[in-house]
Amino acid sequence: MAKKLMKGNEAIGEAAVQAGCRHYFAYPITPQTEVAEYLVRRMPEVDGVFLQAESEVAASNMLFGASAAGVRTFTSSSSPGISLMAESISYIAGAQLPVVYVNIMRGGPGLGGILPAQSDYFQATKGGGHGDYHLLVLAPSTVQEAVDHVILAFELAEKYRNPVMVLGDGMIGQMMEPVQFPAEAVTEPPDRPWATVGMKNRPQNLIRSLFLNADELEANNLELRAKYDLMERDEVRFEFYHADEEMDVMVVAYGTMARIAKTAIDALRADGVKVGLVRPISLYPFPKRAVREAAGRAKAVLVVELSTGQMVEDVEWAAPEGVPIHFFGKVGGNIPPPEDISEEISKVLGGKATPRGLYGRVEEAS
Amino acid sequence: MTAATIFGTPESLTDRVTHYCPGCTHGIIHRLVAESLDELGLRETTVGIAPVGCAVLAYHYFACDFQEAPHGRAPALATGAKRARPDLTVFTYQGDGDLASIGTAELIHAANRGEKFTIIFVNNAIYGMTGGQMAPTTMPGQVTSTSPAGRDVDQVGYPLRVAELIATLRTPSYVERVSVHTPHHIINAKRAVRQAFEYQKAGRCFSLVEVLSTCPTNWGLTPLESLKWVEETMLPYYPLGLKKSPDDEV
Amino acid sequence: MTLDVMFAGFGGQGIMLIGQMVAYAGMGEGKQVSWLPSYGPEMRGGTAYCSVVVSDNPIGSPVNRNPSCCVVMNRPSLEKFAPKVKKGGLLVVNSSLIPVTSEREDIDELLVPCNDLAMELGTAKAANMVVLGAFVGRTQVVKLESLDLLVEKQFAKKPKFIPLNKEALRVGIERGKAEAS
Repeated sequence: MAKKLMKGNEAIGEAAVQAGCRHYFAYPITPQTEVAEYLVRRMPEVDGVFLQAESEVAASNMLFGASAAGVRTFTSSSSPGISLMAESISYIAGAQLPVVYVNIMRGGPGLGGILPAQSDYFQATKGGGHGDYHLLVLAPSTVQEAVDHVILAFELAEKYRNPVMVLGDGMIGQMMEPVQFPAEAVTEPPDRPWATVGMKNRPQNLIRSLFLNADELEANNLELRAKYDLMERDEVRFEFYHADEEMDVMVVAYGTMARIAKTAIDALRADGVKVGLVRPISLYPFPKRAVREAAGRAKAVLVVELSTGQMVEDVEWAAPEGVPIHFFGKVGGNIPPPEDISEEISKVLGGKATPRGLYGRVEEAS
Repeated sequence: MTAATIFGTPESLTDRVTHYCPGCTHGIIHRLVAESLDELGLRETTVGIAPVGCAVLAYHYFACDFQEAPHGRAPALATGAKRARPDLTVFTYQGDGDLASIGTAELIHAANRGEKFTIIFVNNAIYGMTGGQMAPTTMPGQVTSTSPAGRDVDQVGYPLRVAELIATLRTPSYVERVSVHTPHHIINAKRAVRQAFEYQKAGRCFSLVEVLSTCPTNWGLTPLESLKWVEETMLPYYPLGLKKSPDDEV
Repeated sequence: MTLDVMFAGFGGQGIMLIGQMVAYAGMGEGKQVSWLPSYGPEMRGGTAYCSVVVSDNPIGSPVNRNPSCCVVMNRPSLEKFAPKVKKGGLLVVNSSLIPVTSEREDIDELLVPCNDLAMELGTAKAANMVVLGAFVGRTQVVKLESLDLLVEKQFAKKPKFIPLNKEALRVGIERGKAEAS
């Protein structure tokens, strides 16, 4: 298939179709509504189902019913909508159903705004819903990567029987870039012997997250934990951008911020500044070891996010003791141009920035 | 000479003893659903959706595939399952807290879209599983743990008549209210439940059967008094009968 | 080579379209491209703008504080974006609708009466093609043939508009080349 210039949201819709998904349930919310507007036309072409739900609460529960009935299914939404889905995401994780969520983040809290933000990092990686569970979270940095991540998300959801979230932002959703889809689309239905498709000549298939017996619930919790352990071993994804060498400043950023940081890094490196980037691609599992290893080669770390500081907590946790950790964030939908990041890096280099002071790092570093 | 079985457990029920309280009519309603599935040959293609409430464990008692929904969301799960596999027979089994309170949005919109599944709505005018709190269906003046002075309609409004509410929707559907407090009413209830599954089997329409039920434990009555309470208190407010038929003019 | 440009005007002037045409043409010529629109409430207010990057290398940031090129089709856009153009950069101004200039001396400012030139061809609607032509004539960022192909695609259902739009591109390109300083 030749390259096509596509808007991120439309490319996400097509990627789901290419991944064999034929069931999309959603509720409109800016800045991702084009996914629905694309799929309402596209799904009938592949005998698929498009249904506009009455709310995000209902949409996510439709995913529950459809996934339990054995089909690939996904939804797309944006921050406040994901909050409404949080209840069912918890149930879906507990019931071990493969479902794909796309969150094209906007600024919050509350109704917030509609411009790009990365302020749902905590919600996506640390919970959102109640209970002991994790989403597997992928953070694309380009429209092509959004396509690749959606396709990968369906594979990983199936592999782990776990909900997977692709976490983008308004910029990824609204931007047009060339994309290439895989030569061959997935066509065969998923193999789900556990699905509820009618009990014929076999014992009952039951999809539930309720275990009133303490030992049974503990067993389910441990089963989930075992999956997360496997994910933490096998599904860590990241990119080093000049981060496998000695660095005066190591930048950590994901998604949209990472690509903007790259432009800043290119400009500084052209001037001989030793600066590199670690880009987490899987946010859960977080690339702890990669960050730790790379930070060991850096004199200072600068975390850049479209939030007031969320992923930076994971970086602090992962980085070796003694490396000062700085943070630069823009919020509200303001996107820092590369020049802002360059200036921030220069401040760190010039000793004009104050590192975050958690865990006594400031004292130890000085 | 072998004895002919003239009465036994429907194939669509398991042998498991239910956890329902003495005098509760859930067991009867389970049986009516199971008999209907048996008679229509639907058991092997059926997926039930359990609610949150006393019937949360319904999946232990039905011999068919089951999903266990978040509170009130069963119609959304049923929508997903039925849209994914239209050949399945999908039913939700929901109480009045689940369906008439926290799940009203999912109920109304599934009905309004004309989703072709069946809802068995069990109305006993109280929250059972959580221990007898006021429901939207609780009768005026009825004492519950969260309406200790009796339901005050000036403060919390009148009981919700779900069957009538859904019947106002223009989308064709089958809606009937029945009761199971006498053998005569049980026979009639069976006809209605079976009718709902027939409409689903024919791919015809959304169907909802509201079944008036008892809760002796939380009503503070004996089983016999409970049956009488249904007759004397609930029936006048919740009139039985067909509320809407797919044959009605749109 | 990396070129970034911001196209700005009011809704209905075909701003988004000409931005996309640059991106499509660049992609067709084997380059890396990105197109980022403004979205949200400001869209409803009537102004429309988009940022396009065309590069030989993978594109990092799709926006810059100071774009190297800016194409403005109405006065509010000039007032908002002209001061941001990078020193030594290019500003293309639709002088039919903008009676003032940026008054900057550190940039290349190209004044093109897009609406008037388009009217001479038969319709002011083609003003966007004139300005696109002028921008491309000046920067050579993509080839005229690539744009011609896109015009043919864009107006496939209304083929009678194809020659007019192609002509508008050429008129623009002449302006872009002729007035290069």
